[in-house]
Amino acid sequence: MIELKNINKTFKVARRNSGFSEAAKSFFRRDYELIQALKDITFTIKEGEMVGYIGPNGAGKSSTIKIMSGILTQDSGECIVNGRIPWKERISHVSEIGVVFGQRSQLWWDVPVIDSFELIKDIYKIPPKTYRVNLDELISLLNIGEVIKTPARQLSLGQRTRCEIAASLLHNPKILFLDEPTIGLDAVSKIAVREFIKTTNQRHNTTVILTTHDMQDIEALTERIILIGKGQILLDGALTELKKRYSDKKTITVEYTGNKFTLDEGMTCLEQLKGHAKFVLDTNILSVSKAISEISRQVEVLDISISGATAEEMVVSLYEEYKI
Amino acid sequence: MRLYLKYLSIHLKSQMQYKTSFLLTLLGQFWSSFAMFLGIYFMFSRFQSVEGYTYSQVLLCFAIVLMAFSLAECLVRGFDTFSVIISNGEFDRIMVRPRNEMFQVLASKVELSRLGRLIQATIILLYALPSSGIVWTFPKILTLILMVFGGIAVFSGLFVVYASLCFFTIEGLEFINIFTDGGREFGRYPFSIYGNNVLKFFTFIVPLALFQYYPFLYLIGKVTNPLYMLTPILCFFFLLPCYFLWRLGVSHYKSTGS
Amino acid sequence: MKKYLSFFKIRFLNGLQYRTAAYAGVATQFAWGFMSLLMFSAFYKTKPEAFPMEFSQVSSYIWLQQAFLALYMVWFLETDIFLAISNGNIAYELCRPIDLYNMWYAKNLASRFSKAVLRCLPILLIAFFLPRPYGLSLPENTITLLAFLLSMSLGVLVVIGICMLIYIATFYTLSPMGVRIVAISFIDFFSGAVIPLPFLPDKTRIVLQLLPFASMQDIPFRVYCGHITGLDRVIGILLQLFWLVFLITLGKFFMKKALKKIVVQGG
Repeated sequence: MIELKNINKTFKVARRNSGFSEAAKSFFRRDYELIQALKDITFTIKEGEMVGYIGPNGAGKSSTIKIMSGILTQDSGECIVNGRIPWKERISHVSEIGVVFGQRSQLWWDVPVIDSFELIKDIYKIPPKTYRVNLDELISLLNIGEVIKTPARQLSLGQRTRCEIAASLLHNPKILFLDEPTIGLDAVSKIAVREFIKTTNQRHNTTVILTTHDMQDIEALTERIILIGKGQILLDGALTELKKRYSDKKTITVEYTGNKFTLDEGMTCLEQLKGHAKFVLDTNILSVSKAISEISRQVEVLDISISGATAEEMVVSLYEEYKI
Repeated sequence: MRLYLKYLSIHLKSQMQYKTSFLLTLLGQFWSSFAMFLGIYFMFSRFQSVEGYTYSQVLLCFAIVLMAFSLAECLVRGFDTFSVIISNGEFDRIMVRPRNEMFQVLASKVELSRLGRLIQATIILLYALPSSGIVWTFPKILTLILMVFGGIAVFSGLFVVYASLCFFTIEGLEFINIFTDGGREFGRYPFSIYGNNVLKFFTFIVPLALFQYYPFLYLIGKVTNPLYMLTPILCFFFLLPCYFLWRLGVSHYKSTGS
Repeated sequence: MKKYLSFFKIRFLNGLQYRTAAYAGVATQFAWGFMSLLMFSAFYKTKPEAFPMEFSQVSSYIWLQQAFLALYMVWFLETDIFLAISNGNIAYELCRPIDLYNMWYAKNLASRFSKAVLRCLPILLIAFFLPRPYGLSLPENTITLLAFLLSMSLGVLVVIGICMLIYIATFYTLSPMGVRIVAISFIDFFSGAVIPLPFLPDKTRIVLQLLPFASMQDIPFRVYCGHITGLDRVIGILLQLFWLVFLITLGKFFMKKALKKIVVQGG
């Protein structure tokens, strides 16, 4: 469905230092800096897959999305989406993709949302029957039946995001690009949006590519993640696989009475106060049960909790591991 | 076309949400072109004629230019405000929609308050048509229509040039105003009054004189050669280089993404 | 005072960044002035005796107008002030220990000044070397020059005083954009930006020259080219002074009233 091979992209950026003389100097002459935004990006995404595309700000996420949606051309390498070269056959390409730009709206600000939908119907040349069916489905799944009669400027962010997503799906796209779809939403709306994306993927076998900083999105939606940093792909694999890699590490928090206890080999201290301790246990060295019995031998345990790595922590340690 | 009407109806609905603003803008547009008219009126009450052109002839010329400009502005306003579309990222949205980019930019903005100028132009034209002393035969009427359409073509082309340059930089494009706003301001008078060099410039480089000066001579009977009547047709060729510049701009955008 | 100065500096630096804009501005203004002069010259050739002033004086008038466009045109308004009023961010501005009227005034002065500094020199220089009577001539004597500098400064202050009224008017209306467009197009004509005021018929001219709009650019430019001298010059400058005081008093009064309304309504 989507195939990227050795994609490279370089940008030219103007540079200026602060200060009065620098400002005056740049008035006459400007320095440019070449920034390699993408280095040798290669990956393949199959039909119906849901992929989380993650990385810190400025890592190259949106450049990749822009190349895949045909807005940007690469310097070198090959990008084939749906059997087409996106930038070469823009119109036929984009009629089969849907894009949600997180913070930008495609709805007309001052008219009821349904009017925007009607216009999109004509822009994408959606047959009336298909439009009816899709609209009904989207209205019931996203629960926007009442909302669409209101002008977009009067909607809450959650309502608007749901309408934005609906607007991007009216034409039955085979691929959906979601750029931070849940940014700024409250917990309830976030869950509603996630549920909906999941349902769409299952019902229509839509391929979903999701960029986000919200690890709960990733955990709830995707099976595979691609990590990008400084323009390079650092990691590409199943989320469960990755979790396994980190599953041999457990975080243990203990509340106890008595004196401080000593840590055995395989336990790395995170914090130790009187009556409270938190540490990471490497289960390859010491098993969980052995660790617990060792602690309870030394002190009176009041409460103990053991947790595996969350996606959030994994990403933090990944960022640290790759120094990005 | 149907899609354009759809866009138009959405624009109408949006603008009707802000009626006061709409009316005031309309009034402002009307007044600013009325001020241009006053400029002509006061100049002629002092000088009576300029280089052999009478007051009502100049008014006719002014009305035609203003009409062409305001129609072009209504139609291709999206290109005129293109720097906004580029800088707020709206062009990305245009690129992910399965329609011609130019059409989408065209349809992205239709400001009906610009009709203020058009109303002004119509009133002046209605006054100048009979008072200019021209006998309105069929060829003269045709010339008049050609002039307006040729003018729409040239002004639209200039707006497209402006928008195309926005792909490369959004700084310093105000120099295009010399030709758009300047064309409207200085096109009040037949371009010949500015001297030969200016006339040549507006004939061969930015062909404003092709719809304004030459057919105007035919209209007021200073020349009788019917070829003069057809010069506005040449204006449409001006659209070709404008279109190529636009293509160039889009491909630049695709390679830099900003 | 120091805070207004640092404010000024930031604005100024900001303006310096736009180098291409400045080049383009110079080119535009130059072409515009050139075309205007050619137009006046066509009228001059047709009927020289109807000219209300020397042709060389008109040339100077036009070149000054183009060179100092950034100082005198009402439409150089600060968009962020309009935004602050319409989206309610003005509430934050009110939290700062600073008089809002003065701050906005300084802001406008700074951005007009930074724009004008970059643009006026090349235009003045080129215009100065153009052949007579199309070029910019020097003022007759030092007194004229000094009077011009005084009158010019007063003119800029009057312009900003009028702009302040436009900003303040947006507190009271639902349509800032509309007010702006109507106000700008009216003032442009009355200030002599469309055609220099001396070209208007006598009766109209006498009325317009008493209005505050003539105090913007018309008086300073006529002082420069020697169209008004002696007692008329003194009266002109006094008139400017009067309008300046009037506009600022009016502006401060309405600003106070508008802000009170905001505080009461809570934004």
